[in-house]
Amino acid sequence: MTIQIRNTIRFLLNHRLVELSDVSAVQTLLDFLRIDRNLRGTKEGCAEGDCGACTVLVGRLLGGQLKYESVNACIRFVGSLDGCHVVTVDSLATPGGPLHPVQQAMVQTHASQCGFCTPGFVMSLYGLWMENAKPSVTEIEKALQGNLCRCTGYAAIIRAAEAISTIGDLGKDPLFAERDRIAGELAALQDGRRVVIGEGAELFMLPASVDDFADVLEANPKATIVAGSTDVGLWVTKFMRDIAPVVHLTHLEELRRITVDDKGVTLGAGVSYAEAYPVITEHFPQLRELWDRIGGQQVRNMGTVGGNIANGSPIGDTPPALIALGASVTLRKGARRRTVALEDFFIAYGKQDREPGEFVEAVHIPFLEADTSFAVYKITKRLDEDITAVCGAFRLTFDGAGEVADAVIAFGGMAGTPKRAVHVEAALKGKAWQEPTVEQAISAFDQDFTPLTDWRASAEYRQLVAKNLLRRFYLETQATGNIRIDRNIAVAV
Amino acid sequence: MNVMQPIDRIRGGVHENERHESGHKHVSGTAEYIDDIPEPAGTLHGYLGLSQRAHADILSIDFDAVSASEGVIGILTADDIPGENDISPAHKHDDPVFATGKVEFYGQPMFAVIATSREAARRAAVKVEVEYRDLPHVTDVLEAAAANYPLVIDPLKLERGDIEAGFAKAKNIVEGEMRIGGQDHFYLESQISFAIPGEDDEVLVYSSTQHPSETQHMVATVLGVPSNAVTVNVRRMGGGFGGKETQANIFAAVAALAAKKYRCAVKVRPDRDDDMSATGKRHDFHVDYKVGFDDEGRIEAVDAVFAARCGFSADLSGPVTDRALFHADNCYFYPNVRLRSKPLKTNTVSNTAFRGFGGPQGMVGGERMIEDVAYAVGKDPLEIRKLNFYGGEGRNLTPYHQTVEDNIIGRIIEELETSADYAARREAVIAFNRENHIIKRGIALTPVKFGISFTKTEYNQAGALVHVYTDGSIHLNHGGTEMGQGLYTKVAQVVADEFQVDLDRIKVTATTTGKVPNTSATAASSGSDLNGMAAANAAQQIKARLVRFAAERWNVAEADVAFEPNTVRIGAERLPFGEFIKLAYGARIQLSAAGFYKTPKIHWNRSEGRGRPFFYYAYGASCSEVSVDTLTGEYQVDRTDILHDVGRSLNPALDLGQVEGAFVQGMGWLTTEELWWDAKGRLRTHAPSTYKIPLASDRPRVFNVRLAEWSVNREETIRRSKAVGEPPFMLGISVLEALSMAAASVAEYRIPPRIDAPATPERVLMAIEQLRAAARQGAVAQG
Repeated sequence: MTIQIRNTIRFLLNHRLVELSDVSAVQTLLDFLRIDRNLRGTKEGCAEGDCGACTVLVGRLLGGQLKYESVNACIRFVGSLDGCHVVTVDSLATPGGPLHPVQQAMVQTHASQCGFCTPGFVMSLYGLWMENAKPSVTEIEKALQGNLCRCTGYAAIIRAAEAISTIGDLGKDPLFAERDRIAGELAALQDGRRVVIGEGAELFMLPASVDDFADVLEANPKATIVAGSTDVGLWVTKFMRDIAPVVHLTHLEELRRITVDDKGVTLGAGVSYAEAYPVITEHFPQLRELWDRIGGQQVRNMGTVGGNIANGSPIGDTPPALIALGASVTLRKGARRRTVALEDFFIAYGKQDREPGEFVEAVHIPFLEADTSFAVYKITKRLDEDITAVCGAFRLTFDGAGEVADAVIAFGGMAGTPKRAVHVEAALKGKAWQEPTVEQAISAFDQDFTPLTDWRASAEYRQLVAKNLLRRFYLETQATGNIRIDRNIAVAV
Repeated sequence: MNVMQPIDRIRGGVHENERHESGHKHVSGTAEYIDDIPEPAGTLHGYLGLSQRAHADILSIDFDAVSASEGVIGILTADDIPGENDISPAHKHDDPVFATGKVEFYGQPMFAVIATSREAARRAAVKVEVEYRDLPHVTDVLEAAAANYPLVIDPLKLERGDIEAGFAKAKNIVEGEMRIGGQDHFYLESQISFAIPGEDDEVLVYSSTQHPSETQHMVATVLGVPSNAVTVNVRRMGGGFGGKETQANIFAAVAALAAKKYRCAVKVRPDRDDDMSATGKRHDFHVDYKVGFDDEGRIEAVDAVFAARCGFSADLSGPVTDRALFHADNCYFYPNVRLRSKPLKTNTVSNTAFRGFGGPQGMVGGERMIEDVAYAVGKDPLEIRKLNFYGGEGRNLTPYHQTVEDNIIGRIIEELETSADYAARREAVIAFNRENHIIKRGIALTPVKFGISFTKTEYNQAGALVHVYTDGSIHLNHGGTEMGQGLYTKVAQVVADEFQVDLDRIKVTATTTGKVPNTSATAASSGSDLNGMAAANAAQQIKARLVRFAAERWNVAEADVAFEPNTVRIGAERLPFGEFIKLAYGARIQLSAAGFYKTPKIHWNRSEGRGRPFFYYAYGASCSEVSVDTLTGEYQVDRTDILHDVGRSLNPALDLGQVEGAFVQGMGWLTTEELWWDAKGRLRTHAPSTYKIPLASDRPRVFNVRLAEWSVNREETIRRSKAVGEPPFMLGISVLEALSMAAASVAEYRIPPRIDAPATPERVLMAIEQLRAAARQGAVAQG
């Protein structure tokens, strides 16, 4: 079957259809809004997806359903938006008309001071409101993990978030009320064609299907694959790297599939953290805290588990946990597929077991067996939206006599790749799961890891924390007393 | 003439919870920041080229690849500067726009690329080839001292009493040292300037600056033109916090330079990473202290040296390090005291103003001494605090010989202790720690006393310009800048109150050097104190003319003319304000006035270390409780209670926002915000991915913030209010001390934990490890 090609990208921008044929592979949505379209309500704070001043909503279809999500316009490429609906702060209130309920709430509670971060907060809260009209404080905080405010201390913003539903009726919100019409318009943009724009150093493509993606990548083995652009975006905005040709996964619904069978969960490589969240937390509740602390909401909406693995970072959030769980990845090149254990995928710093033209297609996470304890701990300087200093994941299987039958322990932030603590594992296997065993195994960390000192943590701290995380894991399996800081302490007061 | 019934009160007068004047624009994205101003056709963009060495001779610079880069129009170096290549606010000639011959920190601007787009300029700037010859560099305070680096400016010494006799009398002496980290401002809007050339030597500069008059002066100096050729305009900043007091100047100077050279509008805006690398921050300090005290914990003598990482030039390091000394006493009387500053040069970006202006570092040092005394005598640090508060016969003189006359800390502390249930909660914390071995808690209640006024006396003046138009609408302009603190709102409330008209009758327009000249930085928390008074003065001048006019025209005594809500009462008659203004205009009454204010009573002799640098003090206190994980050093603030003094608030809602925001910013400074330089002298925490300011989820789980509603400024400030910008920043100290207590619990509170700031999880864990080791040793020694 010959694939049909389109040489434009088309998306809705607020109330209008935009069709572009002359757009750079590295054009960010933020610059497009501010410079090309003169929509200057959306601000640039950091240009790396960490401050949220540029937050906009992007609506996209999955299985015919339209869902709006907050994203960072600063690291989102315009090329990835084909078939989407971009909603910016400029469209919320009509000039001279009343403010949107989210905006009214922010004004009433004195939630803006300098006002520069405010449009981003408004959009994050709008995204939350559409999903959850009466959120708890914890849910509000989670929705705002990707938004920095330097003036208010946030208390007023939380008050605003709580007030929205007393001001407005979600049912009357234009995006909510007109969801079907907009979904229809977006559906009409989906013509099943491969999108090809530009050439040479400006070339980017949106394959029409996974098979098409495999073809495109074989033909362009040096292409940069962009899923959520939460990492690649910075190559452009911070390092000014030329990344073309670029392949966007926007249209690959197949890669956004989540399958659950009797063996485990399979995530298509294009599944975002947010899309994976319900099934991950259902089957692996031990991953909930980790998942809640990946980036901010915008990053979880954009970033993908597949991308987190494929970029090979030693401090990626998911690899240590997935290695400990015994996950594997399916790699595909053309029509050829192979499956490798995740821990074998990471060869050395910056080097993964992926050939040119090959891509990560899916991640398989097997269910935990009976008599198994599993936990993952992410240690950071700041609780939320921070990159790992140390991340430790532990999976221990016990035999009937309370001895350690199997141990898989994987760490991030301790070496040039996510890496197993094989000596610690060996020191635990076959031993009674008791404090002396743990204390005797601790010193094996010195054989397994020689961490580095950098701005996130010193080598000394990393090593000590790695050891203490084994202690924490042991204590948690004993389930006595206060072992963790109580995040819900406010309820108790 | 109508006979109108008076209404009760105007809308939006003083002491009202009026919303921020730009709130509706902030939320809809229509509040215009400089990068949002529509650019004239042909606007060019400038981008700074930064050094890649901490200290080196520049042997050669090859611009070939830069010039050849797409979109490049030209390159500016020191040779293109017609005036002086210097923007030193201290007038030390140590702060070049572009480095020549030598670079003194990693990230120092050396040139600027001018191109057709910002992207093109930015991409071109990194293509430069520079040949350096490395020189030895130091980034750290102690290393600088060891390497005999010079001071960037004369140090200050404050001395009172007899320090030798004080220590001789003291039964106990503790010596210690503490490192206090710096802080990046992380204003959400990075630095930016946009210059439009005018006729002859004129230039209009839109600058995100807290100090338009100085920016004007610096631009004029660099261009070699008189100040009257330069107009600086700032409607609002997306945050300042001191980071745009002097640090905006280089961007304004470069934009103006390029605008004049290329005869078109030029915008200069750095990327966040470059902003954080190339502009100054809060000073890091090293404090070396010795404190003598009796067995009860009453302080007899204090001797301390505050050494600061100033960076490569003086900038504001003189007054910043001075203010550290001014606040090293916090609320405590030191009978015999010697405090010395050591403003050290380092090969780092020149540090600058930041909310509190050295005061927080001084206060943290002072509070660390209190903690040490408390651990030494085995008491709750709050007891030691109360024992040493100013108050009582002969116990009111500060180390700088100003008498504390308005002390209300006793009442603040007492009320907060009660409302926060401090005593019972401290017992509960101690009980919790006895039962729990992994999670430990700590609680601390710390006070704040902060001196209000610029210590540079000449800065304590302000101007305002008020026009009343014939339709009764009022145009207000003053020298203060709006950076989110609500200054425009508050000053408008003052003017509304003066004229007794509704607030929506008043429009505050962008701060500009063309309307109100020779203004001071909007800094030192002084914005509403100074500009509120100046605006009130302008309004009063107009009112006086109007009163005279009414008295003559209606033949009543001046005392029978009154401005009442939206009306003017003349004898028994009332006129709507607008109608009355029309009549005044018809009678050729001048309806415009320039107001002026200078703070009374203050004087300061720096060489003698004596005077009254502060008009008054603002007070406050906070009580924080924390939980700490002793396996990882992770922590959270479980609860914070605050009671803060803003005098009679001009706007309680805005003041509450200042207090909440300042606390969280102060907490961030002392906890997760860490500046980290590598061996090459390069700052590696230069973006939000690596530099961690607090998030919503970091604010205290329970956060009770109140203003001391009973407080009235005893000095005649604007409507008896008090300044609020900086004082509550230091409320964050309670978090640091609560973390200390939690750590100290692992050694039965016998050893002072002495955690340096910022108390990152790493520092907390390492302190716990040391305390555990010390406790084990102690146990062995005793056993």
